[in-house]
Amino acid sequence: MEEQLAIQQTKTKNAGEMLVVNHLYKSFGSNAVLIDFNLTLGKGENLVVLGKSGSGKSVLIKCIIGLLEPDKGTIEMFGNNIPDLNHEELDKIRAKVGFLFQSNALYDSMTVRQNLEFPLRRHWIQVMQQEVDKLVQEALSDVGLAHTVNMMPAELSGGMRKRIALARTLILKPDIILYDEPTTGLDPVTGKEIIQLIVAIQKKYKSSSLIISHDMNCVRLAADRVVVLIDGRCYAEGTYEALRKSNDPKVKQFFE
Amino acid sequence: MALPVKTTQFLQQTGGISAFAGRFFKEAFKPRYEVAEFVRQCFVIGYKSLPLIGLTGFIMGLVLTMQLRPSLIEYGVESQLPAMVGIAIVREIGPVITALIFAGKIGSSIGAELGSMKVTEQIDAMEVSGTNPFKYLVVTRVLASTLMLPILVMLSDAISLYGSYLGVNIRGVTSFHLFYTQVFDSLEFGDVLPAFIKSFFFGFAVGIIGCYKGYFSNKGTEGVGQSANSAVVVSSIMIFVIDLVAVQITDVFNLN
Repeated sequence: MEEQLAIQQTKTKNAGEMLVVNHLYKSFGSNAVLIDFNLTLGKGENLVVLGKSGSGKSVLIKCIIGLLEPDKGTIEMFGNNIPDLNHEELDKIRAKVGFLFQSNALYDSMTVRQNLEFPLRRHWIQVMQQEVDKLVQEALSDVGLAHTVNMMPAELSGGMRKRIALARTLILKPDIILYDEPTTGLDPVTGKEIIQLIVAIQKKYKSSSLIISHDMNCVRLAADRVVVLIDGRCYAEGTYEALRKSNDPKVKQFFE
Repeated sequence: MALPVKTTQFLQQTGGISAFAGRFFKEAFKPRYEVAEFVRQCFVIGYKSLPLIGLTGFIMGLVLTMQLRPSLIEYGVESQLPAMVGIAIVREIGPVITALIFAGKIGSSIGAELGSMKVTEQIDAMEVSGTNPFKYLVVTRVLASTLMLPILVMLSDAISLYGSYLGVNIRGVTSFHLFYTQVFDSLEFGDVLPAFIKSFFFGFAVGIIGCYKGYFSNKGTEGVGQSANSAVVVSSIMIFVIDLVAVQITDVFNLN
């Protein structure tokens, strides 16, 4: 009874929040990656999780989308606890969540059009070709690459591939977009363009974004709020400016 | 006392492949059926292997005939050449050589393709896009290789026999009709059926091992190469093991 009451209170408290991660634990063998990690993502918010390489940021985002199963803890999205869902239920949730992979993960054997159509065809089985064409064009226009529709991923530059991957993420018009290191492997100029694109897209679609990054430019330009992930825990939280002024040596090291 | 490392690895791999095959049977009969991808794989695995299988089959028949002729002349049974080549090709050499070439071409390509998809997060991207990657990638490829190899073996046998016919006519004159009458007079149902049935098992082994090696590929690009390589090695060994078992079963049922 007490447990039910606690869940009810959590739900009430979290009203208006798109994603709530509570007391999350994840380890690989004896290596504990996430230890009692907590996080909330508000509606229309750009939240950046900042951490060093190997700190468990990608593990966190993969637990959130259900690619990894946490050892303990809850991940509430749209009123569902992700680890409790079966495959079909998880697919319904994933239709409302976009995921931009660190490596872009474009399908090499498919054209740009087929890459973009893939999630549409899988989630919306009955969709008409005319509507598909319109959505593909719209998503490509949003990232400024409408002319690449019939090209293969191998023909594109790193920045273009990132934009196409972003277009594929946007095509289902998700309520939440998860970005895994969106600027990794890009030069500073292209990286900045991608960050500006992420911010513009968030404003256009009013989606909530969870951005995993160690790039301070990304944090500065994109974050409404920053969570610092150190030793598997949420070490500090606040706006970019507030954290920049922090005297904590572990937080300070990111801004030096 | 702990088992030697190589023994442990062998047992782990055998267990892994068995569990993977078990999962294949579990997933293969459950909707949603990936019909379009299965047809595409049949085209890639079957149709695109035809030139290589045809060429090797032709050379196999021609060379076998030319190598056998002097020995048969020595024993004064040159007239038995078509019958001998026919039985050798249909019963044993056709299925095994075709399966080995198939393992080299298809096993390595499946291992490398899935391995590369794994390390570039394309398999994760598929899962996030509402697709069961096991069904889409593994079930379709294993089914296609299981069904395509017996067809390729039959075609290879036919081309081999034609090569043999040309081989016979290099040093003598035998009519097309006489050659094929001698071949088919010597062949019985018990020669064709076991060879045909074992081809399905060869195809299944190549498909499942290629997929297993690719699906569990790691260590980045180095791992992709290793997956392709070990897919060929393990499936080639499996072809001989299956062949050995098939011969024993054929003997037990007196099919030869």
